Amino acid sequence: MLAYILRRLLYAIPILIGVNLLTFALFFVVNTPDDMARLQLGAKHVTPEAIERWKAEHGYDKPLMLNAAATGSARLTDTIFFQHSAAMFVFEFGKGDDGRSIGNEIRTRMGPSLAIALPVFVIGLMVNVTFALLMVFFRATYLDLWGVVLCVVLMSISGLFYIIAGQYFIAKLWNLLPISGFAGGIDGIRFILLPVLVGVVAGIGGGARWYRTIFLEEIGKDYVRTARAKGLGEVRVLFRHVLKNGMIPILTGAVVVMPLLFMGSLITESFFGIPGLGSYTIDAIQAQDFAVVRAMVFLGSFLYIVGLILTDISYSLVDPRVRLQ
Amino acid sequence: MVSIGAILLRTGLLGLGLLAGCSDSWNNPYPGSEGDANVLYSAFSERPKHLDPARSYSSNEVEFTGQIYEPPLQYHFLKRPYTLIPLTAEAVPKPRYFDAAGKLLPDDAPAASIAESVYEIRIRAGIRYQPHPAFARDAAGRLRYHALDRGAVGDIARIADFEHSGTRELVAADYVYQIKRLANPRLSSPIFGLMSEHIIGLKALGTVLEKAARVRPDGTLNLDDFPLAGAEVVDRYTYRIRIQGKYPQFIYWLAMPFFAPIPWEAEAFYAQPGMADKNLTLDWQPVGTGPFYLAENDPNRRMVLKKNPYFHGETYPTDGSEADQQARLLVDAGKPLPLVDEAVYSLEKETIPYWSKFLQGYYDSSGISSDSFDQAVQFTSGGDPQLTDSMRDKDIHLITAVAASIWYVGFNLLDPVVGGLGEDRQKLRQALSIAFDYDEFISIFLNGRGIPAQGPIPPGLFGYVEGVAGLNPYVYEARDGRIQRHPIETARKLLAEAGYPNGRNAKTGEPLVLYFDTMASGPDAKSRLDWMKKQLDKLNVQLVVRGTDYNRFQDKIRKGNAQLFEWGWNADYPDPENFLFLLYGPHKKVGTGGENAANYDNPEFNRLFERMKEMDNGPERQQVIDAMLEIVRRDAPWIFAYYPKSFGLRHGWLHNVKPNLMANNTLKYRRIDPELREVRRAEWNRPVLWPIVLLVAAMIAVIAPAAIAWRRHERKTA
Repeated sequence: MLAYILRRLLYAIPILIGVNLLTFALFFVVNTPDDMARLQLGAKHVTPEAIERWKAEHGYDKPLMLNAAATGSARLTDTIFFQHSAAMFVFEFGKGDDGRSIGNEIRTRMGPSLAIALPVFVIGLMVNVTFALLMVFFRATYLDLWGVVLCVVLMSISGLFYIIAGQYFIAKLWNLLPISGFAGGIDGIRFILLPVLVGVVAGIGGGARWYRTIFLEEIGKDYVRTARAKGLGEVRVLFRHVLKNGMIPILTGAVVVMPLLFMGSLITESFFGIPGLGSYTIDAIQAQDFAVVRAMVFLGSFLYIVGLILTDISYSLVDPRVRLQ
Repeated sequence: MVSIGAILLRTGLLGLGLLAGCSDSWNNPYPGSEGDANVLYSAFSERPKHLDPARSYSSNEVEFTGQIYEPPLQYHFLKRPYTLIPLTAEAVPKPRYFDAAGKLLPDDAPAASIAESVYEIRIRAGIRYQPHPAFARDAAGRLRYHALDRGAVGDIARIADFEHSGTRELVAADYVYQIKRLANPRLSSPIFGLMSEHIIGLKALGTVLEKAARVRPDGTLNLDDFPLAGAEVVDRYTYRIRIQGKYPQFIYWLAMPFFAPIPWEAEAFYAQPGMADKNLTLDWQPVGTGPFYLAENDPNRRMVLKKNPYFHGETYPTDGSEADQQARLLVDAGKPLPLVDEAVYSLEKETIPYWSKFLQGYYDSSGISSDSFDQAVQFTSGGDPQLTDSMRDKDIHLITAVAASIWYVGFNLLDPVVGGLGEDRQKLRQALSIAFDYDEFISIFLNGRGIPAQGPIPPGLFGYVEGVAGLNPYVYEARDGRIQRHPIETARKLLAEAGYPNGRNAKTGEPLVLYFDTMASGPDAKSRLDWMKKQLDKLNVQLVVRGTDYNRFQDKIRKGNAQLFEWGWNADYPDPENFLFLLYGPHKKVGTGGENAANYDNPEFNRLFERMKEMDNGPERQQVIDAMLEIVRRDAPWIFAYYPKSFGLRHGWLHNVKPNLMANNTLKYRRIDPELREVRRAEWNRPVLWPIVLLVAAMIAVIAPAAIAWRRHERKTA
């Protein structure tokens, strides 16, 4: 397995270079270094000299990808692409165009993002699986029917609606929880309750309906009939046999997103005042801060690759037939 | 089942009670805060980019730096028109003028004879910096934290993590040091370009520092090693700034944080290895002498300003107008500032939670977004804004002010269709100016938050003439003693005289098609753009909207490729020069990269501008400004759209709020009645528990039949 993981990690290098290239090309098709300088320097009293100085200070006065004036390896290395990308492969993200350490920013923001995303993920998974199993248990009854209807209704509503409704009713009308904000330690619990509740409820529709489909497929298989024939109760059949076998497709979707939980959620964090990573990339795109954009895209790609590797590993753990070679 | 429900309910309530921190208000967003503390609560919607006074220029940054840093001058909090008074200076400096031979000239010397203006500023003795580790000294008197290595910085995450702090007295050299910093290429100060045209030697210093920075890419630049002829220390408390020629507006710059003092110790402290990796930089951790210091700096969550224990006893102003007296703005006259101990600013990106928290009493003041405008404000039959009953019941007060800003639709004067200064082009632009009914625009899109503009100078500034006497006769007329837009027939007549009868070219018969470049997008923008098209439909003129992004739009304006465009300007300082220079020919965008986006270049206007900018306010200057306004109204390079009006709300417990659009250090005047706030918060935020009971009951109602069905099913299976 170790050799497999190492091989997959090595495969990741060309993928990450490709992602980097694509990000770089897309970014500089839309923005020139002059545009970036103007945005950073503001709209007033900006002179062409000030723009040149800013570019020189931030390393954007070089050619984009090929330095024709240089010789040897400097033709490739003395470029904006190389200077701003190479260090990322050792996770040195450098500074944003506003001069702040990107690594520090990521470390600081990761915690609050996880504080929301992790409970939403874990509780949401449990609630969805439980709800789906209940619908399967009561399959072909009115409970199943109305459960599916409820799921369809829930998944048809925009995520933003849950947030606004949650804030309006729970925080504004009933005064039960703070409408937005964040704090560390035990104080932080009451700030994350509302976003977690909203996140879980917003995810029930899609999640439970999908898991129900998976479990319904499993429940018609021979091993379930055999288990019942052995005299096992329905609860044991569902939780010991169906759930375990239904885990493979669930893992496909769940494990791959686990590393990405670090990246947070833009809308949730924005509305609930969570100082997470959710808005970091969007803010950077708006500010034309290439240093942050490429760092976040790199991190996102890396975490996605890690997620895929974890998914493969989890397959082998839940299904003994799967071997990683 | 019922007993389980009851247990669940009790447990839930107990848990929520604990989570609420034993506070009466469960929704209080300030953990661990004492309700009756003398703390002001506010919000910011965008994280500041720079807190270094050499770099920060945006209003959301100056909101913080203005409270921390102290330039030599400030604006009087109450007086109108805006009046400069000393802050750290002993007096507002009067420039001395010298000719090219260095001979002292009289104050009324003609501007052409003045080669140099000298401002000598004497600051008060005994002013001290906020507590900061950069000043901490050990028993031997050595700076304690000025020889740190990465290891020593390793455990430090915040400035508060340093065990020791110190202070020192403010000296004139700190001001000179900051002026030199404006030329530091590593700081990219936004005003370097402008100031290098005025401060003697600043441009040369910039060149020298650029070379030095190239030689030492990772090293710090010790600015004391680089002399600047235009900024010199005279003695411990006096410094001198030398300006090329006459530049009377320079005095206003001395009230901006750009000219605040920076202690060399702070810059040296932050330049140590490992500091920048932790965002411990002067750009992020200010060090000032102001009434507050930045105690907590988490721009992703909240910023906390605390009272500077070493603040130099400034007092609340005692001189105000009769109106100020009536508005109870002089109740605190003579009291030591600041009047609050702390100010907590929370990040609120979305308007809905911001507004809700204001109504809950968790913010002391708020702006009014479009979404909540109708809930807060209504207009009387006379058109005056007033608060709705629900706001008045909560003892909320409305604050309105006309901003020192203007929005306009610019014509590119280089454009072959709308440009040029010929009479036909003037008439074309005048016709379009009449057609764009900005009175209607203000009513539809701004909820009445604006005043139709009559010229480039907004109200409150010298040169603006109030009422009928100040109307733009090419667009408006006085009818029944009121300012009314010319009828659309006048516009049609002008359009015909311009060579476009009924919106068609008189020679070719082609319809007149105009192009409007805009960055606006989305549903809100669409309705505005449709409105613009509708305005020109009145003249049978077609308007084609060319939507573009910020970069392309800027590029088009720079290259003169736009035809019509919308633009705005906020005053840097309260002088008409700061608006009229936007139409000064040598400041054209095309070719010079200046701020004259319309590329307007009228030699007569330019001549008058050069004269006006060097004059002192008075009847003679007003005459020149009137002549300039006449020219610019006739030429109509802009459709003068509107002066925006800001509407704000404050709770009854927040006092000493008077809009001051120039001053950025007004936090020190604010007063809070924390006891009243606490009472109101408790009253407005009592938890409503029945939904929890209902929820539990609903869950039981759902689970019980399911459980029964389960048991039946199990029995059946068995």
